[in-house]
Amino acid sequence: MRVMGAETEYGIHAPTAPGANATMMSARVVQAYAQVTRQRAAGGAETRWDYTDEEPLHDARGWTLERGAAHPSQLTDQPPVLDAEAVALAYGREELELDGQDESGTLLMNMVLGNGARLYVDHAHPEYSSPEVTNPRDAVTWDAAGDLVALATVRRLAADPELPAVNLYKNNTDNKSVSYGSHENYLMPRSVPFGEIVRGLTPFFVTRQIMCGAGRVGLGQDSSIPGYQISQRADFFEAEVGLETTIRRPIINTRDEPHATADKYRRLHVIIGDANLSQVSNYLKFGTTAMVLSLIEAGLAPKVEVHEPVSALQTVSHDTSLTAKLRLLDGRRVTALDLQWMYHEAAAKLAQDTGVADAVDGDGHTHEVLERWATTLTQLDSNKAAAASSVEWLAKLSLLDGYRERDGLAWGEARLGLVDLQWADIRPEKGLYYRFLARNRMQRIVDDGDIAAAVTEPPSDTRAYFRGRCISNFGKDVVGASWDSVIFDVPGYGRLQRVPTREPLRGTKALTGGLFARHRTAGPFLAELLGQKSTPPPA
Amino acid sequence: MAGQEQQQPQSRDSQVEEDVPEAPPAPPEAQASESTQGVDDLLDEIDGVLESNAEEFVRAFVQKGGQ
Repeated sequence: MRVMGAETEYGIHAPTAPGANATMMSARVVQAYAQVTRQRAAGGAETRWDYTDEEPLHDARGWTLERGAAHPSQLTDQPPVLDAEAVALAYGREELELDGQDESGTLLMNMVLGNGARLYVDHAHPEYSSPEVTNPRDAVTWDAAGDLVALATVRRLAADPELPAVNLYKNNTDNKSVSYGSHENYLMPRSVPFGEIVRGLTPFFVTRQIMCGAGRVGLGQDSSIPGYQISQRADFFEAEVGLETTIRRPIINTRDEPHATADKYRRLHVIIGDANLSQVSNYLKFGTTAMVLSLIEAGLAPKVEVHEPVSALQTVSHDTSLTAKLRLLDGRRVTALDLQWMYHEAAAKLAQDTGVADAVDGDGHTHEVLERWATTLTQLDSNKAAAASSVEWLAKLSLLDGYRERDGLAWGEARLGLVDLQWADIRPEKGLYYRFLARNRMQRIVDDGDIAAAVTEPPSDTRAYFRGRCISNFGKDVVGASWDSVIFDVPGYGRLQRVPTREPLRGTKALTGGLFARHRTAGPFLAELLGQKSTPPPA
Repeated sequence: MAGQEQQQPQSRDSQVEEDVPEAPPAPPEAQASESTQGVDDLLDEIDGVLESNAEEFVRAFVQKGGQ
């Protein structure tokens, strides 16, 4: 359907160590996973991230921001390093005795996983970036696999008597004015004018939250107004288009960092979504957005423009009745549901015209996305109780309303805030979403077995297969990797061997499965891959 | 739960209204006992897993800036 991927920053909290340094805790999470997977034992260190092709200051509108003008958080092409001085300031010298430091006294905080994902410290949060997948079902699967990765780190830290237990939350705000993101990435042809992307996506992004918002207790960035809203992220958006992700957050982000052949593709970086535990909400988030991008590429997106989109975004989020009217520039007044139906209608027509939704000859995904999209919009319009088993904000609201009714709680009560927070605890015994799932109050798109398999298995149909298998099979010889490279340090080669993986749809199991099957060691594997008939040349 | 889903449409400035919890309209009689029972069971279960000191726990959940 389309190459896409998910990024999740987890909220992090050590209840028994109030005030603990968030970056240090996040580094412990990554290190815990290295211990769980024995990746460190195999390689001597985590696989380092290869920053060679990172371009966080390239703007899709055709320019590059000067480094001096960038917010420090935008410089994601530099390794996140917690240096000795910072650790000592926060903790005292004894913390420097922790293992995991290299010779320079720094903690490195990146792992490339056998499933093709990346686990790393992003400022003050542990972040899991899923491998590249080709459809929304796989996006749900490998994103949920990240929650199991996070769970494994929580368990590991809980079992270590030397370290405070750490809780991780799949949410987007602490309700004290801080928000952290869950991002989506979609591969697009570079030939599509960026202005068309902005025009086509903005009304869709303003309104898709009614299907995939995760729900939030509190209104305003600091939750100063009691209440409940649809989206966790909406109140943190302040601009229509821009490069930033942590300040002046824009509805359309312009980061132009393709992680692929740059003159052919762009990677559309989407920062407006909520992190979803609900599989159906997550599925619709990826599936419908991918279809709207196809509409934009075909020049067939609905011709609608929302008046003041940032304020409209917040209006939609604050209106749990779904009846608020948004003003369009042509004078019409429409609801969020009306706008979503316009997109659905256009997407269904395009799918019919191109045949991608055909039961036999289609792509195997578009038909289901269209069906679930229509079903969800119909339920949201006329039967919200039915939608509560699939739409995350409604599922959480049903629980909160239960408490409000039984205990007569007002929206400002701390217990409702706790329910909101604990909904997103990734431990099945504590996370309230998981209690719903266990009671069959939430629908599933993928089963637990597939999610568990995705913790170690890469998707078979993208370059993530090559990356993941290199890590799993030859981990001790892989010294670095990124979305578009794998770097080997193999005995016999005089220097590091960097294998570029610029084409997201190459490196698949179909193309490289035989290569992995034929070689058990990296040397001959690399020799065949690089087209060398004989053994590697002597150093 | 079922009763709550049938709320009357709110105005766009729902912040103001949500300050005051509204009395939910009565759910349809036939569903009422069954759904109420289900919700009670659910709340009992969740009471048992909620962190003990809500106020302190929520206050202590402070994050540094993110993306």
